[in-house]
Amino acid sequence: MVHLRGAVALLGRFPALAGVDLDVDRRRIVLLRGANGAGKTTLLRALAGLVPISAGEAIVLGVDLRVDHKSVRPRVGLLAHGAGLYDELSVADNVRFWTLAAGAVLADAESAMARLGLDGRLSDVSVGRLSTGQRRRTSLACLIARRPELWLLDEPHAGLDKEGRDVVDELVRDAADAGATIILSSHELDRAIDLADEIVTLGGGVALDDSGAGGDGHVA
Amino acid sequence: MLHDAWLIARKDLKLEIRSRVALNQVVPFALLVLVLFAFALDPDRGLLEKATPGLYWIAVLFSGLLAMQRSFAVEAADGVTDALRLSGLAPAGIYLGKTLSVAVQLLVLEVLLGVGVAVLYGTSMTGWLLLLATIVVATAAISTAGTLFGVVAAGLRVRETLLPLLLLPVLAPVLIGATRAFEAALSGTPSEGWPWVGLMSVFAAVYVVAGIFGFGPLMEES
Repeated sequence: MVHLRGAVALLGRFPALAGVDLDVDRRRIVLLRGANGAGKTTLLRALAGLVPISAGEAIVLGVDLRVDHKSVRPRVGLLAHGAGLYDELSVADNVRFWTLAAGAVLADAESAMARLGLDGRLSDVSVGRLSTGQRRRTSLACLIARRPELWLLDEPHAGLDKEGRDVVDELVRDAADAGATIILSSHELDRAIDLADEIVTLGGGVALDDSGAGGDGHVA
Repeated sequence: MLHDAWLIARKDLKLEIRSRVALNQVVPFALLVLVLFAFALDPDRGLLEKATPGLYWIAVLFSGLLAMQRSFAVEAADGVTDALRLSGLAPAGIYLGKTLSVAVQLLVLEVLLGVGVAVLYGTSMTGWLLLLATIVVATAAISTAGTLFGVVAAGLRVRETLLPLLLLPVLAPVLIGATRAFEAALSGTPSEGWPWVGLMSVFAAVYVVAGIFGFGPLMEES
């Protein structure tokens, strides 16, 4: 699913990834952890094909990112810091637009909104009027409606209440059961460690270590 | 590609209808430009009427710039650019969709400005066929070039000031062609206007091709 060897990604001249090694199999849930600036967000963006890999090996979903970093994009779902939503459009309009843009059908949009508790009255509210947590839910609805093979979640629990965080965890587990692979970064380690099958620690743009987690809270 | 274009155009127009930025800001700005021209040239009513074609198209260009900036400002907010890149939409479809959306907004604006010049400048409209053809072709030329240059400026912090600097010189041939064609229509010599319509058609065709092939790489850089 994901195979990185000595992957380097530059942001300007700065090596945000300075030789990352990472292997992730199908149906696995991997937690990326590390201090701010460790390279978690850049790694997720690189895996999504948004940041070019300038050296090393990088194969995602069978696509060599050094040869073609664009064709993998429609097959991944990235939940980034930015919501990726149009403030003036309603929740339903946003979810429907991104669903159709991904080549999925409107029924996928409706079921995604229902799953995230965005159906009913909330669906007609402009995104610009939503709370941070509601925006996060809307972004998640757009993501799951795309049915991506690889989920890349950057701080998925941020801004959500307990109920919302539980929904995220349930979505992640269901996606893995359905065959997707999930790589997430989080500072909320108590919750994320329970969720993850593996943990990878990043520091200075490289993977410092990785370990099995298995829900026992063990971190190498 | 056409499906993607339709999706983008429908989304952009829905955004404009819901936000009412075009209605509340662009249209009043365009009418204000016409009024200011009238104030500046009012002592010579004949000159105002004679200058109608040029003043009309300058008002269209200035107001159209706002619509084009708005078209890319909504894509620059809060991670939407990345979401578009990940969406799977064909860049050529995005280009054509945004061009269509800008063109529809410009057409509405041009109709309102047409009423404005008739009322404010006392211009009597003649040569309707040439007038309509000029409006359609000039709108296509402005929106095809404007959308391509819009994405060039989209990723820059100085896009609000850079876009007019980039675009207005490029659109000078359209301004000249549309003005000459309008002059020919309003003076009752339409045969002199059709070559200008042809010139603008070529301009629009060149930018459609450039946009279809160039928009993707430019979007990557924005």
